[in-house]
Amino acid sequence: MTAMENPNRLIDRQGLARLFARWRGEGRRILAPRRLADAGPVDFAEVTSPDEVSFDHVQTVQSAKSAVFPRVEELFSFRRRDNSVELRERDLEALPLTVVFGLRPCDAAAFSALGAILNWDAPDRLFSARRQRLSLVTVACTRSDEHCFCTSLGGGPGSTAGSDLLLTDLGQGGFLVETLTAGGSGLLAGAGSLPPAGAAADKAARLARVDKKFDLQRIGPALAARFDDEAFWAGQSLRCLGCGACAYVCPTCACFDIQDEGGRRLRCWDSCGFALFTLHTSGHNPRPRQSQRWRQRLMHKFSYMDERQGTLGCVGCGRCSRACPVDMSLLEHLQAVAEAKP
Amino acid sequence: MEELRSKARELLASGAVQVVIGYGRGSGGHARALFLRDPGRAHELVYDGSCLQNLCVYLLKPEVRRLGKPALVAHAAALRTILQLAAENQLAEGALLALLPGPGGIETLATFAAIEERVAALDHGLGAGEKEELQRQEAMTLEQRRDFWQEQFSRCLKCYACRAACPLCYCTRCTVECNQPQWIPVPAHDLGNLEWNVLRAMHLAGRCVDCGDCGRACPVAIPLHLLNRKLAAVAEESFAFRAGRAAKADNALSTFKPDDPEDFIQ
Repeated sequence: MTAMENPNRLIDRQGLARLFARWRGEGRRILAPRRLADAGPVDFAEVTSPDEVSFDHVQTVQSAKSAVFPRVEELFSFRRRDNSVELRERDLEALPLTVVFGLRPCDAAAFSALGAILNWDAPDRLFSARRQRLSLVTVACTRSDEHCFCTSLGGGPGSTAGSDLLLTDLGQGGFLVETLTAGGSGLLAGAGSLPPAGAAADKAARLARVDKKFDLQRIGPALAARFDDEAFWAGQSLRCLGCGACAYVCPTCACFDIQDEGGRRLRCWDSCGFALFTLHTSGHNPRPRQSQRWRQRLMHKFSYMDERQGTLGCVGCGRCSRACPVDMSLLEHLQAVAEAKP
Repeated sequence: MEELRSKARELLASGAVQVVIGYGRGSGGHARALFLRDPGRAHELVYDGSCLQNLCVYLLKPEVRRLGKPALVAHAAALRTILQLAAENQLAEGALLALLPGPGGIETLATFAAIEERVAALDHGLGAGEKEELQRQEAMTLEQRRDFWQEQFSRCLKCYACRAACPLCYCTRCTVECNQPQWIPVPAHDLGNLEWNVLRAMHLAGRCVDCGDCGRACPVAIPLHLLNRKLAAVAEESFAFRAGRAAKADNALSTFKPDDPEDFIQ
């Protein structure tokens, strides 16, 4: 490679504080990981300054998906008038400009999978409008835990996919800044002139180590071969309680339920893990057993989405496993799928 | 631990039970539920301070019931759960064996009477920390308490992990799933979250045995068990009744007594 100026920059905590102030001045809300209480869980919340942001956690409890797919969202409102119904669409221009700061590379990658489902057969105007008004300022992983498996799915602790800016903590309050999109350049516009990153800014040396845990190529065919193996799925799901914690913390789970409330049509998070999810009006339930619902969770993420949308419904963030009240480890179950003899 | 393993081996090999519901090693070295059917794998059983989950939640799960008669590795709260489930006609005498690990070894409790006796001996009420937690709540003004719980419930995702983890939330169709009429709003907004969490706690008033699994299961760390603990205290004050102490007992909130003073109706 010829001598070329390193396009990456350096920023310190004061620089970040200036950026936060600038973004807020532009009318953007900033969502970032914040520790709930001393030693409490870390989750995304609206913040005003980097002092409120947690940098030392491995992963937030929830993903950042609620920035584009809130747990309750009004789709439109309606009013009955004599013999007609008056519909009122949401004002897309009124949706908030948002910066999600401090999400992980796996989270940034997850937005495309989420979009692949929500925009699959018909464009989802609300999701897409929120997505267009969203910027992603990712902070690379300098720590990982046993539930992380991004590298097994093509991601990595310093992966840039999906991000507008990627920050890597270089220690002593300094961050390496990689600008990845035009939107990212725009976000930096208010930072003044940032010093170029010299050769000493060694990103790779700072990144968490996340070993590859299984061969992804084996998962699709192994799942297909196992589809009818009831004993296999029953064995995996025996301790599953059938709650929705895994789906609700997942950055790519997109199932929803529709509710009407006082003239408002609401989209609410739902989960294929619930028995009610597939219950028909007739009383018939095509997935009456928890083992079938667990199978659906894996098949959808690693087989159906691969076939239909050409993407996986998992980025290896490990949230489902951390949130599970009974330690259903997705990684462990995938390893069992990959290793099982057909 | 060896004694527990050999007991499990013996029970499975003799056919006395078909499954031992116990704890095995899970992620991060913590314990997780283990369904042991093969006596040859009894070495996978563990028992230590991380074995907190109330395994009684599995006793009524259809998939687990199909495995046959269980022996259940039970801590004190699990023993209380068994009695409460019996009192609510969910468990029949002889339906399971309870294995209680203790300093003197493994105690095998085969009858409700034996469990009742053990529960009475083990029952020391709330610990100092638990009492303090409750007193902190009681010391709040109504407004402070309302603000505290509204703030807590604002995080609720309605994932129903609290319900799923609770061995006494065994309804095959929960009220939140009834929509003709819709009693509880489905959306996880302020009203929906308040109604759901109040309903869940109230439905367990006088039934909760204080295992704490609702609070432990909550992915967003809402201390749900505090609500249940307070309601248990109220049930005890009002009716001199504590759930999970007897296999035959009236239900505090659904038993009609002609001599009830009903002095709360003004």
